[in-house]
Amino acid sequence: MSGYTEKMRDIARRLLETGAVDMVIGFRKGSLPMMNEPCFVTRADDAHCLVWDGHCGINLANYLTDRKEKIAVFAKGCDARNMVTHVIENKIKREQLHIVGVPCTGMIDKRKISAMTKGEVLAVTETDDAVTVTTAGGDQRFDRADVMQQNCALCVHRNPVIYDDLLADPVTEQTIPDRYADIRKIEAMDAASKWQFFEDLLAPCIRCYACRNACPLCYCPTCFVDEAKPQWVGKGQDATDIRTFHFLRAFHCAGRCTDCGACERACPMGINMRLLTRKLEKDCQSEFGWEAGMDPNQRPALDVYKTNDPETFIK
Amino acid sequence: MTLITLDTKSWAAGLTAAADAYRLFGPVREDACHTFKALEKGKTPDLDMVNTRLSPKALIFPQSDIILEYSLDESREDHHIMREVQKDVTPRAVVGIRPCDAKATALVKLNFDAPDVKDPYWLAAYEATTFVGVACDAPLSTCFCTTAGCGPYSEEGLDILVMQKGDGFLAKILTDKGRAFAKAAGWNPASGDLAAFEAGKAAAEKKMVSAVQTDHLEAADLLALHNAPFWEKTAFACLNCGTCTFSCPTCWCFDLQDEVAGKSGVRLKNWDSCMFPIFTVHTTGHNPRETKVQRVRQRFMHKLKYFVDKYKTGIMCVGCGRCVRQCPVNIDIRKVCEEMNRFNPADACAVRD
Amino acid sequence: MEGKNVQNPYLPYPVRIDDITVEAEDKSLKTFKFVFLNAGDEEKFAYRAGQFAELSIPGKGEIPIGIASSPVEKGFVKFTVNRAGVVTTHLHNMKVGDVMGLRGPLGNSYPWDLLEGKNVLIVGGGFAFTTLRSSIVYMLDPKNRSKFGNIDVVYGARSPGMLLYKDELVAWEKRDDINMHITVDATTDPDWKYNVGFVPPVTEQKAPQGGDDTYAIVCGPPIMIKFTQPVLEKLGYDHDHIIMSLENRMKCGFGMCGRCGIGKELVCKDGPVFTLRQINQTPREY
Repeated sequence: MSGYTEKMRDIARRLLETGAVDMVIGFRKGSLPMMNEPCFVTRADDAHCLVWDGHCGINLANYLTDRKEKIAVFAKGCDARNMVTHVIENKIKREQLHIVGVPCTGMIDKRKISAMTKGEVLAVTETDDAVTVTTAGGDQRFDRADVMQQNCALCVHRNPVIYDDLLADPVTEQTIPDRYADIRKIEAMDAASKWQFFEDLLAPCIRCYACRNACPLCYCPTCFVDEAKPQWVGKGQDATDIRTFHFLRAFHCAGRCTDCGACERACPMGINMRLLTRKLEKDCQSEFGWEAGMDPNQRPALDVYKTNDPETFIK
Repeated sequence: MTLITLDTKSWAAGLTAAADAYRLFGPVREDACHTFKALEKGKTPDLDMVNTRLSPKALIFPQSDIILEYSLDESREDHHIMREVQKDVTPRAVVGIRPCDAKATALVKLNFDAPDVKDPYWLAAYEATTFVGVACDAPLSTCFCTTAGCGPYSEEGLDILVMQKGDGFLAKILTDKGRAFAKAAGWNPASGDLAAFEAGKAAAEKKMVSAVQTDHLEAADLLALHNAPFWEKTAFACLNCGTCTFSCPTCWCFDLQDEVAGKSGVRLKNWDSCMFPIFTVHTTGHNPRETKVQRVRQRFMHKLKYFVDKYKTGIMCVGCGRCVRQCPVNIDIRKVCEEMNRFNPADACAVRD
Repeated sequence: MEGKNVQNPYLPYPVRIDDITVEAEDKSLKTFKFVFLNAGDEEKFAYRAGQFAELSIPGKGEIPIGIASSPVEKGFVKFTVNRAGVVTTHLHNMKVGDVMGLRGPLGNSYPWDLLEGKNVLIVGGGFAFTTLRSSIVYMLDPKNRSKFGNIDVVYGARSPGMLLYKDELVAWEKRDDINMHITVDATTDPDWKYNVGFVPPVTEQKAPQGGDDTYAIVCGPPIMIKFTQPVLEKLGYDHDHIIMSLENRMKCGFGMCGRCGIGKELVCKDGPVFTLRQINQTPREY
């Protein structure tokens, strides 16, 4: 993905100068390693602040919801699929968007890097296949593949499905023999172990809702956990309430989630709540042959009824 | 002020002895991070840590705390009458708290221990607690305590300040509570070298690479700052999650909630966040802070202006850097503070014209 | 709690509903009269007109409501409650004899020390008339009436059936030590003998001129306040002679939970009563 930044700035400048769009939504360089900040640019002169590297894991579709402007936005494969979903769900009009597709080779997992590094990470540089981490004690080099976000390692749609400009030639798609090995392991557990597994998984949750708020699918004006009339969920730290939040949120995302990984990346406590959304992703694939956000002309799996829908759950 | 020199053995033995009279809490390693927890018998706090992910504020101000209880069973004499929940307020000590987090407790105290009204739950927990701080000799690149009214050897809010020195420790007893703890630990005053303390402090402060400037905040016009044009850009990336407020050692906002199971009910005091839209929404649906920009502005204005004006004790931030490190979208209070501190309404008008 | 013998501000006084009056024709407003269950609690609840309290319903939550009874009325406290959210809807379904909690008194009050010896204009609209009722009863009390100059009241509601405390309004109309200017937005009642029109124009026609010795207390819906302010300015009321009571979402009610802030002021503790001059210096996030 080297060289993307310059191309992005050129495209942003052109679109703003010609008035083709009112604003460009992208990333600017973060104030600490492995972090970039989503930002908007409205003047061609400011396009120079846009950047792209392996730390753009936040899904920019999240910043499009209900906006009124004409917007250019950068989209990785997963982001573009969420933009398709946004268009299908009337959260933005396709005509409002100038999607700049970003063929993606995966985002870097900041937690993995921190865990594999001794001492504070002071700087991170990357090439197409390596990541170099600088600490007070010197440099450490990793293979990019070893420090990728898990969702990126499992990704089979790295190239955007819709775009108006493509930043570079499409990248080779990965062939992953088994994308759901970890999910199958949980499925195979007996009820008690499963219960324990989820309890441990969600125990660190502080209910900050970073996962929900980083998710472009979670745009409900009032989330069910915030509803007061009636109040569905308690607001304390009761494990049942925490589980209810995570389970229901995952179900709300069923057939819509693109496994962009923004939820896991955003979580300050390092919870892998993607285990829940991916189980539903897997089921949608096996039961309905459905992958979210691949086609703007197709309604999501849970939005349509077909006479041959599987109904083995009716006993 | 008393100085006590301790070797590793007397440190550990002292904590074991103190555990007879105090419930001990301290940093414990869990997976990749440290968390403040009750220390198991005979365990010493793990001081080989960087800042914990969450501050120890929950030890005094739990994220979810049952404060009242009641019965809805009408066959009971006292149905629908609320009762105080009795808390365990036996002595306890937090060993290994950072000076920044201790100073934060002192700031939060301004809220919960106001001259005319007291939060009895917070205050009882606070008064039951002895704060044994460990000086911070390895600040992170995101630490800016020295310019946030604090520092790696700051003593405010602490009863004992311990510095790690060679293989052992040098403890500075700061208060009566600290003296009582030292006595329970069997730590006897011995010759201590104040110069070593000062040298450690100077060395730690020198390692600090990050800073904020706050000198213009108090003089700034409150409404002009509130209406400043930079808030829209500052707030754009914000997800309005509670990561910053929940990880912050000085954020104190809370909610009151009732929960009922069968016929028994409780009233809870839960952490809340000014980032959440429902924090301020009226029953009518009207929300005085309807937009993300308003909510982000509230957080920073509260910490860096309203608090400054109200209490005249500096900013409501101790520079621990947790929100900087944990914000999922990299909103950085240091940058916002810089923006606010250098804001000049005259410039803003010039740009707009 | 331990040792200190601090009053627990979260703990409500237990009260019993002694009487319920339906106030409005659409039944959206009811006045609840509470008596304290424990001896001594009423004395601890000593309040001034303009303060509020948290009505505390076990299992449902709490709601901050202005105190409608007056400090000169003994043996009970009264609140007029609009049915809107979870707690107030539940309260509207409760009956005489039911037990619940009452927490307070909370907030400052109207500035009674400042108002002594002054003329007082009261401008109220809709169901926000509650603390104004408390204030009027307080000022009209034989022990207090001589402490104040002229008292004028402009009070408006949507229709005659939506006016609160009708019996008292009639009684006050008959007195010569208070000038009542009751108005309704509209009415089809041929016998209506008072004003018809919105509060701001009626204020413009009927209210006395402002001046050093005259203060206006304004309480009502935002739209009424918005259009009354220029009228009062025109009548010569200085911004520190216009006194208002604000509402914001609250939980604790005593300045700790942080949500009702308007800049550095907290509506629950520094308010709810502010002068317009004070409000002008806040970001007005209410």
